[in-house]
This record gives sequence, C-alpha cells and structure tokens, in this order.
Amino acid sequence: MIQHRPIALATRDLCKRYDRPAVDRLDLTIYGGEFYSLLGPNGAGKTTTLRMVAGLLRPDAGSVAIDGIDALADPVAAKQITAWLSDEPMIYDRLTPFEYLEFVAGLWRIDAADAERSANELLDWLGLAPHAHERCEGFSKGMRQKVALAGALVHDPKLIILDEPLTGLDAGSARQVKNVLKERVRAGGTVIMTTHILEVAERMADRIGVIAHGRLIAEGTLDELRLMAGKETDKAGSLEDTFLTLVGDAPAVIAE
Amino acid sequence: MSPPATLVWLASHELRLSWRDWLSLMTAGRRHRARTATIALIVFAAFMHLLAWSMVGPYAKAATDKATLVVMTGCLLLSWSLLLSQAMESVTRAFYTRSDLDLILASPASPRKVFSVRIGRIAGSVALIAMLLASPFINVLAFIGGARWLAAYGVVAAMGAVAAAFAVALTVALFRLIGPKRTRLIAQIVAAVIGAAFVIGLQIAAILSYGSLSRFAPLQSGWLIARAPGVDSFVWWPARAVLGDAGALVVVAAMSLAILGLAIAAFSVRFGEHATAAAGVSSTVVRQRRSAGFRRRSPGGVLRHKEWTLLIRDPWLVSQTLMQILYLLPPALMLWLSFRESGAALAVVVPVVVMAAGQLAGGLAWLSISGEDAPDLVATAPITARRVIWAKVEAVIGSIAFVFAPLVAALAFASPIAAGVCGLGVLIAAASATHIQLCFRVQAKRSQFRRRQTSSRVATFAEAFSSIGWAGASALAAGGSWLALLPALIALGVLTGVRVIAPRS
Repeated sequence: MIQHRPIALATRDLCKRYDRPAVDRLDLTIYGGEFYSLLGPNGAGKTTTLRMVAGLLRPDAGSVAIDGIDALADPVAAKQITAWLSDEPMIYDRLTPFEYLEFVAGLWRIDAADAERSANELLDWLGLAPHAHERCEGFSKGMRQKVALAGALVHDPKLIILDEPLTGLDAGSARQVKNVLKERVRAGGTVIMTTHILEVAERMADRIGVIAHGRLIAEGTLDELRLMAGKETDKAGSLEDTFLTLVGDAPAVIAE
Repeated sequence: MSPPATLVWLASHELRLSWRDWLSLMTAGRRHRARTATIALIVFAAFMHLLAWSMVGPYAKAATDKATLVVMTGCLLLSWSLLLSQAMESVTRAFYTRSDLDLILASPASPRKVFSVRIGRIAGSVALIAMLLASPFINVLAFIGGARWLAAYGVVAAMGAVAAAFAVALTVALFRLIGPKRTRLIAQIVAAVIGAAFVIGLQIAAILSYGSLSRFAPLQSGWLIARAPGVDSFVWWPARAVLGDAGALVVVAAMSLAILGLAIAAFSVRFGEHATAAAGVSSTVVRQRRSAGFRRRSPGGVLRHKEWTLLIRDPWLVSQTLMQILYLLPPALMLWLSFRESGAALAVVVPVVVMAAGQLAGGLAWLSISGEDAPDLVATAPITARRVIWAKVEAVIGSIAFVFAPLVAALAFASPIAAGVCGLGVLIAAASATHIQLCFRVQAKRSQFRRRQTSSRVATFAEAFSSIGWAGASALAAGGSWLALLPALIALGVLTGVRVIAPRS
C-alpha cells in the first residue's frame, strides 16, 4: 500500500494570508514515489501552497517537511532534493539549453561529469538535443518549458513540484513532458502537480487533492473521489463531474 | 471624430498611445504617482532654469556676428547629433517591438498610411523631447534677451524632424546592408557612437589645440572664425533662426518638413516590410560554439559565470560600454599628452574615470541584481540568498575592474599615486552604485532595463550624486587636498540616506 512508503512531503497547519486567507491550516501528506495532483478553482490556494513548499514564500504559520527535513528550519537542505517548475518557463534567453543545464547543475553542486551525462539524456528524451547549443531566445513556449523541465530534473530531485506545467504546450510537447514525469515516478521520484487539465490528473495521478478557499476539501484516488462525490450527488461520473460536484459550493475567487 | 483608418484617425491613435506611454514612464506605471511626478517635474524645471540662467544668461544679448554664428552652429550640431542618436534608438525600438504589428498588418488599413503616421510619431516625440530639454535655456534667453529667442523652439522642432528622417533612412539602409538580425546591435552601437562622436571629437580637438577638455574652445578659436563662411552664407540659417531671424526660421522649418516628408514618402512602405522582418528575428537561431563540457564550479562560480555570459551577450550593454569607453577617450588622450609633457592635467582625468565607473556599475548592478530572468530558479536553489547576492556583486565589481584596469594601469605610468587614488575611487564608486541598486532592488526582466530609472527616481539620483561625490573626492585626493573628505562625506551621506529610505524587502 502507498501509505507504507516514506513520506516525501508533509505540511501541517500551513497558513498564508494576504487580504484574505490564501491557505488555511492545510495538512498535506504525499508519499515517496507518488504522483499527486492538486486541483481547485482559480484562487483556491494551489500556487500559494506549492510556492511555500518550494521555499519561494514564507508561510505565516505551520510547517513543511520534505523527506523528513524541516524546510523552514533548513531550507538549503530541503532545496537540495527539490525541484520547482512553474507554468511560465523561467530560463535565460541568451544561454543555450546546454549552458542552462550546466548552470543549474552548478547551483545544485552536482558532479560535473554526472550532470553532463544526465543533461544529455534529458535533452535527448525531451527532443532538445538538436537545439542544445542554440540560444533559447528563439524557442517556442513548448521548447522553453522543456528546457525548464530539464533544468528541474538535471539534479535528480526526490520531490518535483510543478505548477501548471502543461499550460500552452502542444500535444506533442505535453506528451513528452508527461512521459518524462511518469519515468521519474517509476524511478522512485515524487511529483506534486497542479493542473487545470483534469484529464491529465485523471490519467497520471495516483491520488488527487481538491483544494478550495485554502483548505483541502477532498483527497484520494479517483475512485475514492467519485465515491465521495457520489455520496453527495448520488451519481458517479468523470473527474470533471466529480470535481465540479466537490467544489460546487466553492466558486472561483480572485486569481491567486 | 475623423473616419476610421484615415491619416488623422491613425495619428490620434498614435498620439493617445504616446501620451499613455509617457505618462507611464513618468509615474512608473502607478497612476497615484501622477501628483508626485508633477511636483517633481516642476522642481526639476525650476532647477534647470536656474542652471540655464548661470550657463546661457550672459549670452542673451548676443549679436548676429560671425563668432556668435560659429558657436551657435556648433551647439546646434552637437545637439542634433544627440537627437539623431535618440531618434535612431526610437526607430530601432519601433522595428523590434512587435506589440500591435500583427493587428495592423492583418487589418484592411493601408500599411503606407500606418507607417507614415508611425514615422511621424517618432519625429514628433523626438522634437517634443528636444523642445522640453531646450526649454529652460530658451526661456531664460527669451526672458533676458527678448522674445526673438522663442524662435529657437521652431529650430529645435525642425532639428527633431530632420533627425527622425535621417534616423529612418540610416536604419533602413542598415537593414538592407546587413539584414534585420545584425541591425539591432549595430544600430544601437551606431546610435551610441553618433551621440558621443561629435562631443568627443570637439573635446579631442580642444585637447590637441588648447590643452582643455572644454568642447567650446575650438568653436571660439580665431582660426575657425577666420576660415568660416561669411555671415550671409546659408550655412548659418539655423543659427540665424535661433537668433530670431524670421525669414531664416521659415526656410529652416520648411526644409525640415520637406526632408521629413521625403523620408516618409520614401520609407513608409519599406518601414513596414522591415518591421515585419524584424519581428521574425526573435525566432531566428543563434548558435553558440559547442563548449567542451560541464566544468566544475562552485554555486558562486556558476552564478558569476552566468552573469558575465549574459552581460557579454547583451547588445544594449555592448553599446553602452562602448559609449562609456568612447567618453573616456578624451581624458585618456589628455593623460597621454600630460604624461609626455607634465603631470598637471591628472586632476581632470581621475574624476572622469571614477564617475564613468559609478555610472556603468549602476547599470550592470541593475542587470545582475534586479534583472534576473529566472528568479524562481535561483530562489529554489540550495544556496543562501546572501551567497547569491554576493556572487552577483562580485560579477559587477569584476566587470568594472576588467573595463577600468587598463586605464588605471596607464595612469600608473604618469603618476602611481593618482593611479592608486583612481583605482580606489573606481572601486568605491562601483561598490556604492551596486549598494544603491541592492537597496532598491525589484524583480524585473532584463528587457525592462530601459525603464529602470523610472521605477525608482530616488535610486537614480542617489546613484548620480554618489558617483559625483566619489569623483570629486578622488580628484581632490589625487591633488593631495584634505578637502577630499568633504565630497566623500557627502557621498557617504547619500549612501546612509539610501539605507534609511530604501523599502524593506
């Protein structure tokens, strides 16, 4: 059973407030080797949660533990085993993918020979090898996202945090990204991902968490969520039906 | 209201965009700052009028003699070279900013009309900026010397129109000669060189002939005045127009409009074609030389290496650094001459070098510290924020050392003490500018560099005053004066003030 695996990520009573509570006493437990999808309407607190886990935002209260490391007390150690990828690929236009990956590997203190081997593998898998020595400035959104994903994976992180990584990608690029992520999970990595593409969550996630108003309102496998929604509505259906039933009383609020 | 897609309709659209762009530039995109920006503009205008009073007040009663016409024409040429540089930058920006190009070209509006209006807009904005900058001088001259000086506004506007026409012609010529990919960088460099070349040329002439850095010295020389054409020559029409000759003003205005009209007629269609070609430049491939493989570097080392790589590959920075180096040519020449003859002129060289270092460091520091294109990547890396900042500061100081070390080394041949003071001044001025950028750091894209000065005017002024302070202190210290402490204390006061008022991050 998945629950017997070590805990890759645990948040307890996690809180963040702007004008209103963005994340409200959130408890999340994600196990090693698990693909976890976090769903919710706009403004539900998904991105804020992930940014706090990645160390980009300081929570107002609560704790974050990554692979047993207290990420608030020892952020450097936690970051060493974590990767973050947002929907807007943040890369350097005037570096080539090869130079970008060398930069990332250096930041994570990865042995140069190992990092180069890993970088070449990733560039190959993601179809970027022919463009490895071209500057990123002329790349399409999909290519840029793939470069950013390669950067997130080149240091072999235990926990991969992805915020809408498939936004704006064409079908081919999205397939490549999904395949690489599946491969990582098969190899024992843990993925937590937000997405608005419910079909992706349905196909890829081991478990799905549904968040609204900063709180986890439902969590489980797709069947478990269907069951929960079915109890309320007396019918079962696709993840879209299930999701809309679960968040039906939690309408979209202002953008995160 | 005029019918859609006519010249007037398109012009009003461009005018509205220009106005909003200017307003956004003044208020850094925050509308509630409009009142503060207005007050700051009024204070600035008052200060500039006082400055103009001290600079041009004595010349308000100038007669239309040959000596005056020579100096006036020289000043007009100096200003025009700067206007041409500014216009070239505007034209290059218009070519390479995609913005509404797709919408325009997909619409049934005539591209010739659209781009005619766009060239007109560039001419208008260049002329308007020139008139605004010249206004304190013209107003002071008119106040003291009479309304005849107001004709200078017309001449300045005409100069703006001609500058825009030449800028369009030059940039289109560059497109045809070297293609859209290379034009971007080359046009920026040409603009920088044009802006600096005439000023520097006059300074070099002044140094070689009179041993002075004043660019006006050659214009006031008896040799030049004796060889200049007679007062009735057409060469002096622009100068005569400035001095209030209505006939000359009409001719100058008519000629400038004719030149602009010709440029619009000749280039509006090509302008559209080249703008379309330039829009495709971002998708062209720039291949870098294949590196030998990943190198073993510390996190600080990779950050420094990344900053240096990005700085070297930044076309704007290449042109700006080139301009800084060009501006250093006159003091370098003076240094060489004084080394040959005596060491008396070193006091002029040291502050120029220190000032240039401070200014260049401010730009580099913004690019490194605020202009981080992958802030999330760096923030999620297992390295402390302090180490990241240090690596970036090291990259800036290292770059400054690389640019200025040869000059300081050359100075050491003339005077080791002056070289020591200059080297120290360069480092302190660069460190101070970097410190100011650190205090006012914001998260921005490198491409937003042009707007960095509007995001924090306090930082901009602090950077300038700190550089001036350290330049003054270095000059006095190189001369062995204890008075050097005074500007140094002022510069330290500026840095302390910055720490106090800087926003807490």
